Amino acid sequence: METYLLLKLVWWVLLGVLLVGLAVMVGMDMGVGTILRHVGRTDTERRVVLNIVGPHWEGNQVWFVLGGGAIFAAWPLIYATAFSGFYVVMLLLLWTMIVRPLGFEYRSKLASAQWRGAWDWALFVSGFVPMLVFGAAVGNLLQGVPFHFDWNLTSRYTGSFAALLNPFALLCGLLSVAMSVYMGATMVMSRGEGVIRERARRLAQWSGIGALLLFTIGGLWVSRMQGYHLVRGPDPATAQTPLRQIVERSTGDWLVNFRGHPILWLVPASAYAGLLPGLIAARRGASHLAWWLGALAWIGVIGTVGTAMFPFMMPSSSEPSHSLTVWNSSSSEYTLAWMTGFTAVFMPLILWYTSWAFWVMRGKVSAQRIESDEHAY
Amino acid sequence: MIDNTVVELSRWQFAATALYHFLFVPLTLGLTFLLAAMETVYVTTGRDIYRRMAQFWGRLFLINFALGVATGLTMEFQFGTNWSFYSSFVGDTFGAPLAIEGLMAFFMESTFVGLMVFGWERMSKAQHLIVTYLVALGSNLSAVWILVANGFMQDPQGARFNPLTMRMELTNFSDLIFNADAQSKFVHTSIAGYVTAAMFVGGISAFYMLKNRHMELARRSFRMAALFGVLATAGVITLGDALGFIGGQAQPTKLAAMEALWKTEPAPVAFNVVAAPSQSERANLWQIQVPAGLSLLVTHSLDGTVPGADELERQAAGRIRNGIPAVVALKRLAQDPSDAQAMAQFRAHEKDLGYGFLVQRYAPDQDASKSTPEAILEAARDTIPQVAPVFWSFRIMVGLGLLMLGYFILAVIYTLRNEVERQRGFLRLALWSIPVPFIACEMGWLVAEVGRQPWTIYQILPTWMSASTHSVAYMVFSLTGFVVLYSIFIAIEMYLMVRAVRAGPETDGPDAAGPQRRATVAQAAPASAGRLASRWEV
Repeated sequence: METYLLLKLVWWVLLGVLLVGLAVMVGMDMGVGTILRHVGRTDTERRVVLNIVGPHWEGNQVWFVLGGGAIFAAWPLIYATAFSGFYVVMLLLLWTMIVRPLGFEYRSKLASAQWRGAWDWALFVSGFVPMLVFGAAVGNLLQGVPFHFDWNLTSRYTGSFAALLNPFALLCGLLSVAMSVYMGATMVMSRGEGVIRERARRLAQWSGIGALLLFTIGGLWVSRMQGYHLVRGPDPATAQTPLRQIVERSTGDWLVNFRGHPILWLVPASAYAGLLPGLIAARRGASHLAWWLGALAWIGVIGTVGTAMFPFMMPSSSEPSHSLTVWNSSSSEYTLAWMTGFTAVFMPLILWYTSWAFWVMRGKVSAQRIESDEHAY
Repeated sequence: MIDNTVVELSRWQFAATALYHFLFVPLTLGLTFLLAAMETVYVTTGRDIYRRMAQFWGRLFLINFALGVATGLTMEFQFGTNWSFYSSFVGDTFGAPLAIEGLMAFFMESTFVGLMVFGWERMSKAQHLIVTYLVALGSNLSAVWILVANGFMQDPQGARFNPLTMRMELTNFSDLIFNADAQSKFVHTSIAGYVTAAMFVGGISAFYMLKNRHMELARRSFRMAALFGVLATAGVITLGDALGFIGGQAQPTKLAAMEALWKTEPAPVAFNVVAAPSQSERANLWQIQVPAGLSLLVTHSLDGTVPGADELERQAAGRIRNGIPAVVALKRLAQDPSDAQAMAQFRAHEKDLGYGFLVQRYAPDQDASKSTPEAILEAARDTIPQVAPVFWSFRIMVGLGLLMLGYFILAVIYTLRNEVERQRGFLRLALWSIPVPFIACEMGWLVAEVGRQPWTIYQILPTWMSASTHSVAYMVFSLTGFVVLYSIFIAIEMYLMVRAVRAGPETDGPDAAGPQRRATVAQAAPASAGRLASRWEV
């Protein structure tokens, strides 16, 4: 296989890895934010919940930052087109996300109940809204987004903000919220005790069931929606722009890859293979197992979208032939090669020291431990 | 068609959010190293006061860090949301350092900052010290990569425009990283951060000494800040000079604006100490000069000359005329990539492609091929940035830098003579000078970024073409949102910071001092009070 083609595929897979990292790690913290007010009823309980992810949320959040940087570097045309097209949605995402670090750091700085109550709401919003937006954005990608390019690749988005929040997109948004609540709840279970653990356990089950249902409905919906297929385009191994291809859309196109390669059905199957036993594990209180099964489910969910759309990444609903694909929106071979080198060195390092950080902070977070620890949130 | 109002609003939004983010970055860069230094003394000498210092300043560090991280999120995504043409045009080159920053630096900084805060009781002293150093290293490595990215905007090295993919593609990775502008700017900027941290720690320590509170901690912190600060300020000035030297060669238009040099003069060129530059008159309304000063400063010789705005505009007009055929050929290539004649024409003119883009703003229908002589003249004038803001930002930055050097020299003398506490006037000055380094840093950003105009990528891509194609309403909405949110945030941050400072090292913390903590303080206090700080220890 030619190197450039291989690199494009490697970065398509790496994008998936980054999105899974983002969904699992940041999603977990956001899930914790979303359920904070429910699993913690008193101030001390809430502080316990916050301190469960307290030492890790900053490191986890870098998955989001790295996601932005990596899309910029490896898929510049997608970075440019998607983020400007989804403008108001992106603002919603950024504005709620920038509240989150402050929620963690500032909430417990003052004793006032009103102050802390306000930050608890802020943490809820900054957990719930970004996950809803992530999911809704992916939902829009599946449906296609109205944009086209000028001769010099200036992208023009022609849809409205309201159109981005259509029923299918909201369904995808809720799926991502449910998954994040599941991950957050299993994390709270594994480091929390007593009533907190019990409330989290119930939430993990409900959100797991919700995620199963939403994923199933979403899958059926996708199989009946209009997908896209590449009729003709330049050789995938060459440098190209999205202006020299022909793309058509028809119902069921998003199933073509699965039909062509039945082994790919294993990808959506792994979402079920994660969630179904995950529910049982959560019910039995095996929180670590339940968490890891949730991570597997995330791989299944994100992998399903990627597999269904491949080679499309951001189809255009208004000008299908301007759709962005793995072949026409990647960086140059030289850039991808350098980026691959850096990723190969640093990604294992990141995973190693992240695990070490979790190991150092292992064990239950109790009310007692927080009250005697001057550094706690 | 590109809407000028949208471009202007996008510029305001980027400037506002970047300047705001940059309020928190320098302090993070410097304070991490001061924290590491304090903890090093604690680990090597075992003296508890240094642990308390590291923890107290660490608390203030976090209040600042939270907002730095929060507003950094905006920066990582704003290129895509608001500068989409820029992003697709240079993402191949400019995106790489941003992604590597995340991989190599920001992950490390953020993962270990959690351990630094929560891990005091869960790691050995040596492990915790290493973690603190990794936070410092991570934050400074972040700055390296961000400034490599910025260096490419200032002096685009290591990339070439590919007419078939319509973008700047990376051709030489080491040219991108070892860009002289990026390297000297990294050192200049990170050391400016050390100065900021030293002024911050010195100022708050001075506050305690004025109030006669936490004397032990304040004295030692002040001494550390003074020594750190005097070295850093000397470094920042040296590197600033080097940056001026390098930047002046790479960006003559910025240099002309920094020095308000409208006309090219024979060597030796005089230096304008202060002046009233008028953009419309293309002259200074008045000025105070030092003869031969500019030749000495910029070329480090008496017979070097410096091109003024008049000559630079003439050169630009020539390059615009040469760039127009490049844009025309590019348009034909977009229609038919196999058009050999268009490719040949493009190759012949490609070095001035950016100037061809620039003139489109003034050409009828924004079409370069319809450029009139007036349009070319206007675009050529446009290549000189707004002189007054660049000239004055530069002077304020340099002036404040020199004042801080004087301040730190005095601080070192007083602290080494053990007489800081008696210098009440100096302590008050130290307290009220805390904003000074922040202002200097912001001014430095303005010189770098306003001085680069009208380009986002110098001589390659005009700012005017770089913005996303949003509506004015969207831009008003987002700009308003950012201003409102950020104003609330800074009010909260300042309130918490002031409150934490007033509460001081002993009483701050989520629930004031817990029982265990009071015990530590009670044990530490008599022991340290009896110890007289010797002259040479920090």
